[in-house]
Amino acid sequence: MADQSEQLRDAVAVAAAGNQALYIRGGDSKRDVCGRACAAPALEVGGHTGILDYEPDELVLSARAGTRISELQQALDEYNQVLPFEPPVYAGRATLGGTLACNLSGPARPWLGSIRDAVLGVQIINGQAQLLNFGGKVMKNVAGYDVSRLQAGALGTLGVITQVHLKVMPRPEATLTLAYEMPALRALDIMRTRAGQPKPVTGACWVGGRLYLRLSGAQSAVQHTARQWGGDPVAADIWEQLREQQHPFFTGDAPLWRLSIAPGAALAKGVSQCLDWGGAQRWMRGDLQGYTPPPGAHMSLFAGGDRNSEVRGELEPVQQQLQQRLKNAFDPQGILNPGRLYSWMT
Amino acid sequence: MANELTEATRQKLLSRLRQILPADCLVSDRESQRPFECDGLALYRELPLLVALPETTEQVQAVLRCCHDLQVPVVARGSGTGLCAGAMPHPEGVLLGLSKLNRIIEIDPLSRSARVQPGVTNLAITAAAAPYGFYYAPDPSSQIACSIGGNVAENSGGVHCLKYGLTVHNLLSMEMLTVEGERVALGSSGLDSPGYDLMALVTGSEGLLGIVTEVTVKLLPLPETAKVIMAGFDSIRAAGDAVGAVIAAGIIPAGLEMMDALAVQAAEDFARAGYPREAAAVLLCELDGTAEEVDQHINAVKDIFARHGASTLRVSASEAERELLWKGRKSAFPAVGRISADYYCMDGTIPRSQVSHVLEEIARLSAKYQLRCANVFHAGDGNLHPLIMFDGGCVEQIQRAEQFGAEILELSVAVGGCITGEHGVGLEKLAQMQSQFSTGELHQFEDIKAAFDPTLTLNPGKGIPILKRCQEYRALPGRHQHG
Repeated sequence: MADQSEQLRDAVAVAAAGNQALYIRGGDSKRDVCGRACAAPALEVGGHTGILDYEPDELVLSARAGTRISELQQALDEYNQVLPFEPPVYAGRATLGGTLACNLSGPARPWLGSIRDAVLGVQIINGQAQLLNFGGKVMKNVAGYDVSRLQAGALGTLGVITQVHLKVMPRPEATLTLAYEMPALRALDIMRTRAGQPKPVTGACWVGGRLYLRLSGAQSAVQHTARQWGGDPVAADIWEQLREQQHPFFTGDAPLWRLSIAPGAALAKGVSQCLDWGGAQRWMRGDLQGYTPPPGAHMSLFAGGDRNSEVRGELEPVQQQLQQRLKNAFDPQGILNPGRLYSWMT
Repeated sequence: MANELTEATRQKLLSRLRQILPADCLVSDRESQRPFECDGLALYRELPLLVALPETTEQVQAVLRCCHDLQVPVVARGSGTGLCAGAMPHPEGVLLGLSKLNRIIEIDPLSRSARVQPGVTNLAITAAAAPYGFYYAPDPSSQIACSIGGNVAENSGGVHCLKYGLTVHNLLSMEMLTVEGERVALGSSGLDSPGYDLMALVTGSEGLLGIVTEVTVKLLPLPETAKVIMAGFDSIRAAGDAVGAVIAAGIIPAGLEMMDALAVQAAEDFARAGYPREAAAVLLCELDGTAEEVDQHINAVKDIFARHGASTLRVSASEAERELLWKGRKSAFPAVGRISADYYCMDGTIPRSQVSHVLEEIARLSAKYQLRCANVFHAGDGNLHPLIMFDGGCVEQIQRAEQFGAEILELSVAVGGCITGEHGVGLEKLAQMQSQFSTGELHQFEDIKAAFDPTLTLNPGKGIPILKRCQEYRALPGRHQHG
């Protein structure tokens, strides 16, 4: 446990004074994923650690940004609670701040939300070295703009995240994974149908020729639904393999693309893919030059490939202008993680 | 001088807007403007220069361009059910009513989403989704009348937030017009946005960042079944502890509401729901899900309430009984309206563990200000609605009610909570923003505002205090009042 917020603030102040760029680094687990390469000298946040407050009855946990996700999980375990968004732990290196900055969430996303949905408040250091608090530790708060959620997916370009307040959830009483051998097209169909039923689904993926459905909740509901749905009960490992991108689908050097798409959208043809989030997240491998996602969908180069390219895709001009102005509102000199999100963002 | 300028602007604006909108979409005479002078918080009233009621997104776009040209403030309004004077007109601006954009564009059962225009009411979305077995989860008390555009502007909640989240958790994408009238798509058809999550930022921004012209919301499968337990307790503390114990047992109810004695009596007189009049507090706990799950959890919650000393316990045996038990709670506001000429609804959120302390403090303040106060409480998520009763015909009582309210908000902040859980800041709570945020934080809000709306044209004087740009702001035309 160490409070390094003053040192961090001083470091940003020095960088701002000298107009020096900083690369924000926590557990160094996501350097090669999510964003573009960033060559700036590192600002180490990984030592700024510690759980500040955990009230199981309130379902609220507050911790410094460098705290490892695995440490949070240990603390929650004691009270039979969990991080509902199931973030990757990346061999114990993933931090709370990095998870928020990258908005990384596991298989339960469509049903239990992402860290973007669970965050209640943040403390950040903006590009002008001001230590600021937004949101808070309560479930409902609409005072001022939602700067906390804005940090989700901003890849640290709007501020150095120093503290995060989160909503946590009870661990479900029972969990069961069912597997079915079938092709992707039929699996997508079943995922969509079953997600539309009032059953305790918290996972639906298709990988390697198998559909997996996860049921979590009250023991009685899980058992009853499993009897109705059939399938083979299997080990729960598949969800961890997906969350950590450790399933054989993810191995090898081929570029890994992530498509965020309406579950109702048609399946891409002739592409090596894995379906998660009930069809709302589709992972693809290889060179996808010939593939154009449908309107409204969003494709990014999650890992591998050319990390100096526009890995997050293109934005329409009005959107681009708003995002640039927002960046300037937090970091007018553009010193925080320059180029990590978009090449044009300054 | 200011009046002449205002009148000249008004004439210029009127002639331009007449070219954009059909005659019945413009309200220019003072009498016809009266229904638009306030939102649900009638303490604050103002008449705008003009009321514009466009019927298409293109018309909204043209109105915005015109107002941007002339540097005239624009205040967006949905159904006018808001409770923070967020939609109160600007005296030198256009009130942009979006209620005519009321089309449900598409229900997509495969993707479990509904694409609608901003003027569609909250309940109409659920009604349109029901034939597919779906519903829209956030359900503010005003859901029969409030619009989805207004829900987005205020990030509205309701009684089901603990389990199903607020508006922000139930949106997929939106189309927004910038202050310049440019269209921009926020969110995506999937669950992640490209770049910054502008949709999250815009949700709850009270019409200060842009005008939302289309919203795609998530739909959920209608639960198989829902049951509610009603329990009376002899003390607030026992009821509060029972709430904590439910959560600690790992149960997340669909709704968990508390009412204090005064609220219980008023609601019972009004709705005859069968609440125990003698109880110091009543809890309503709704469980939903599969039939097996609901039965299992109902039994568990019943045991917990009994262990915490519940003096009465009743489980709904039918859908009609469930609705009756809710009817009392949902009509608590009009019920209080029957025993007092006027009431002022507050909206602080507090850590749940502080509820006994905060309610004791409110009782003390009630004696201090000599005004009665009934409390209804979204106990599951700590959102407290004290209803301060007063006589709006008496200026001195209005002042006392406002001071009483301000003290409750500051108390909420002092115990680690916030000044508004779901009603918004609007004009009403502008002063209390400084008790919740530091100057640096308020400056950051202001810079965000300026990134979207550099000339502070959208809903000026609401939501966030303008500190940094105060001088420049007041020098702009049409900014003589407010802000």
